[in-house]
Amino acid sequence: MTNITLTVNGKSVSRDIPDETLLSEFLREHLRLTGTHVGCDTSQCGACVVHVDGKAAKSCTTLAVALDGAQVTTIEGLANGDLHPMQEAFTEHHGLQCGFCTPGMIMASVDIVNRYKAEGRTLTEKAIRHELEGNICRCTGYHNIVKAVESAAAKM
Amino acid sequence: MYPTKYHKAASVDDAIAALAGGEDGKFLAGGMTLIATMKQHLAAPDVLVDIRAIDGMKGVTADGDTLVIGAATTHAEVAASDTVLGLCPALACLAAGIGDPMVRQAGTIGGSIANNDPAADYPAALLALGATIVTNAREIAADEFFEGLFTTALEENEIITAVRIPKPAAAGYAKFRQPASLFALVGVFVAQTADGARVAITGAGEDGVFRHDGLEAALSANWSADAVDGVEVSSDGLMTDIHADPAYRANLIKVMAKRAVAG
Repeated sequence: MTNITLTVNGKSVSRDIPDETLLSEFLREHLRLTGTHVGCDTSQCGACVVHVDGKAAKSCTTLAVALDGAQVTTIEGLANGDLHPMQEAFTEHHGLQCGFCTPGMIMASVDIVNRYKAEGRTLTEKAIRHELEGNICRCTGYHNIVKAVESAAAKM
Repeated sequence: MYPTKYHKAASVDDAIAALAGGEDGKFLAGGMTLIATMKQHLAAPDVLVDIRAIDGMKGVTADGDTLVIGAATTHAEVAASDTVLGLCPALACLAAGIGDPMVRQAGTIGGSIANNDPAADYPAALLALGATIVTNAREIAADEFFEGLFTTALEENEIITAVRIPKPAAAGYAKFRQPASLFALVGVFVAQTADGARVAITGAGEDGVFRHDGLEAALSANWSADAVDGVEVSSDGLMTDIHADPAYRANLIKVMAKRAVAG
């Protein structure tokens, strides 16, 4: 067991956890933040994506114990009260069907838009499709997801 | 996962001491392979020594015309580095095509080459570019480093600290991706170096990454995609799986070599 203190969605949290605890387990089972989903558990589907120190990370392939002092943002903490522009765009463009992949899609997409803006690069439809390679939608609803990311990118 | 004990190393000496404290300890960097392997119960290290916070393990610098990349530098950092783009843009392009964005923001160059997955991208680049792998104990030429499937010249207590890559006159990388795993079904890195053309192939060999004499001779004589046409690429020693048989991989080697030279 190791004691870790980190900031999750703006709040400091401190817990004693087994060293092998994955960040996804820590968020879902220790903090009861169940918006972060675990789909494949083999690091391929992206449903578990959260932000660690501002960058998208697969929480199912990250040890919580390594994140002592880190800032973690989950889908629950993306916006304060209102919806984030990316969440609004997914609603407006119907960027989801069953919704299971949606938290990961949104967290990954916010990271994509942030990176492209920081680097001054244009986020084309082709680039969005390439950047979303690590997020799988089992309903194959990619067209509307891509439309939603394009729309949100213009507003962020 | 089976229980393990995590240690964040402050220095190389601290890392080696912590590893020695376990029965079957492992060094941990981005964890993109190791943690996934532990989740499948294919690895159960009793001690995990995180080497990412060690001073000097991260970042890209230029030593004259030689690129020096810290072992804990992530694929995303290599892809975005102006120094890499200046000295070896093909390497930046390779890094930008590894896995997906989350993998690139966590996975490291040191982790990739220490693991020496037979379908990983970096081993092809380092072998073709004639890189030197720097460890806490010595410097190892890439030709001596990659020994076989998931096997390297590293000793138990040896930590990669950096890689040194001499600037090539020209270089290129092309891969045919397995669409589900995003690993290379076949990847070919070509480089024009001081010793002539060097060609390294990943994803195809039963013993992992390897150089190809025929392609090297052809490209040393004539650095062009057309030069690849006359080269015999044998399917002997190539991998077979549900995605591709050896003959298909042999054909892909030529196709990818042409694309890599064309840039």
